Amino acid sequence: METIRIEGLTKQFPSGWPGRPPATVLDGLSLSVRQGEIYGFLGPNGSGKTTTIKVLIGLIRATSGSVELLGKPVGDVPTRRRIGFLPESPYFYDYLTAEEFLMFYGHLAGMDRAGLAGRVSRLLEVVGLVEARTRQLRKFSKGMLQRVGLAQALIHDPELVILDEPMSGLDPIGRKQVRDLILGLRDQGKTVFFSTHIIPDVEMICDRVGVIVKGKLLATGRVDELVNQGHTQSVEIACQGISVERIPAIQAMASRVVQRGSQSLIVLPGPAPLESALAEIRKQGGTLISVTPHKSSLEELFFQSQGQGQGQGSLAPARSAMGA
Amino acid sequence: MWPVVVIALNTFRENLRDKILYNLVFFALLLIGASTLLADLTIMEHHRMITDMGLAAINVVGVVIAIFVGIGLVGKEIERRTVYTIMARPIRRTQFILGKYLGLVMTLGVNMAVMVIVFLATLWLYRAPVHGVLMQAVALIFVEVLLVTAMALFFSTFTTSTLSASFTIGMFVVGHLTMDLKGIAEKSQSETVKAVTNSVYYIFPNLEMLNVKAQAAVGVGVPYAYQATASLYGLLYTAALLVGACIIFQRRDF
Ligand SMILES: Nc1ncnc2c1ncn2[C@@H]1O[C@H](COP(=O)(O)OP(=O)(O)O)[C@@H](O)[C@H]1O
Ligand SMILES: [Mg+2]
Repeated sequence: METIRIEGLTKQFPSGWPGRPPATVLDGLSLSVRQGEIYGFLGPNGSGKTTTIKVLIGLIRATSGSVELLGKPVGDVPTRRRIGFLPESPYFYDYLTAEEFLMFYGHLAGMDRAGLAGRVSRLLEVVGLVEARTRQLRKFSKGMLQRVGLAQALIHDPELVILDEPMSGLDPIGRKQVRDLILGLRDQGKTVFFSTHIIPDVEMICDRVGVIVKGKLLATGRVDELVNQGHTQSVEIACQGISVERIPAIQAMASRVVQRGSQSLIVLPGPAPLESALAEIRKQGGTLISVTPHKSSLEELFFQSQGQGQGQGSLAPARSAMGA
Repeated sequence: MWPVVVIALNTFRENLRDKILYNLVFFALLLIGASTLLADLTIMEHHRMITDMGLAAINVVGVVIAIFVGIGLVGKEIERRTVYTIMARPIRRTQFILGKYLGLVMTLGVNMAVMVIVFLATLWLYRAPVHGVLMQAVALIFVEVLLVTAMALFFSTFTTSTLSASFTIGMFVVGHLTMDLKGIAEKSQSETVKAVTNSVYYIFPNLEMLNVKAQAAVGVGVPYAYQATASLYGLLYTAALLVGACIIFQRRDF
């Protein structure tokens, strides 16, 4: 079943000047998210991620196109009981304590007091805010706000969780915690849709990714498919006991060599010369430490697509990965 | 209905934690107290002075809270984007508006009650007569405060805090002058002046209708029929503003 279905979504904002055409921020965007998957919505700043999410939540209305969540059109009020949402750089009622804050959002979702109390303390534990539970949010750091915001999105145990840049503004530990939390949600059978402009975030945890640039979906598919779209893959060899600078055969094959003490790092431009490079190392008496193939990552796709501007026919990755 | 209650109670809690309100109510109590200090008056004059100043203080502070808390009621939620996570919940936008409004009404009710109690205690302390018409005046002040809150809320659904405050104050001031405008319309020779003043008279609320402080201060009774008509008028105007606020809020993008 499709948990999110967006078809031909277009959003225009009036320019504010008579005679000036409106700004088209989303341009015929279509995507679907299946039940139980983690979907990464990846795009550079200003590409339209937040706008898309606002349409999903019903904060703004689509100019055209159709959007369904959990089989119901957006704007269906009862369906929202089954959806959790964390906005970008959230700002909450700062006069509430963390506990009151979560109680309030639980009540709004129609939960009763009895069920809520246990749920609140469990979630405060999950996001690591037990000590801060009686502190007002005005005294929270940005990272703590992000975490209490996540707890707010999950308080009513929603089936679908929509997160706008949930890792932004967090330190590496915080990012890892959020990633683990999202993975935990999938283990519980939830569907997670989150936006980010940071590629490793999606590479690490997403089942599928959609790449949005300038309001259009450039590519969508499984992460490994998008990553392996026939781009050249470099290979890194680390070895010991030889001095690569004195071996012209390897120098010739490599795109780069680095010598650090007794260790050498050899970067090959592709997988083709790997066997002969390994043979040469053995012949010279070196010990192999590791071979790391470097997949062309989403990063490349990202940069390429940004350079391409709008609506060109050369978006091969998008086409071949579509419908995967 | 439930979401309205949740929003209202939370708004009430927000107000209770806002120091500004305490300062304003304290200011009113100070005014009521100060009215007792005026010397060189006959007893009658003194009693009248205490009553006058007390009612005026309750009225002014009620209206000031209505305007300045009213414009932020929804305006601040939009500006600070706290409304995003609320709208993501199973709650209708109309319920949100009504909840916010009722929350502030609760606050205003409590504030006015405190002011009225201190006011009555002051009257009693100085052996000033307490007429039933005093409570009638207070009731109409409360209707005015409800109406002004609705004005502030209405404007804040589509414009900035500064403009909402200006519009509300403007409407409040004109609302107290509509009878004068009607007079101008009747005396004026110019058809344009007549048309403009007449339309202002009919569009703006007639807030003087809700003002019986002068009668109350001298203990002249106000007929219950008048009281009922004036209250109904004020409440209907309030309802119209709330409906307008809901319609605008329902349509807007965040
Ligand atoms: N209310 C609005 N009026 C006009 N333009 C807007 C509005 N909201 C967003 N935009 C524009 O839409 C584009 C996409 O914004 P956004 O969805 O926030 O991007 P992202 O979340 O991917 O960074 C930006 O160029 C932004 O300026
Ligand atoms: Mg964004």
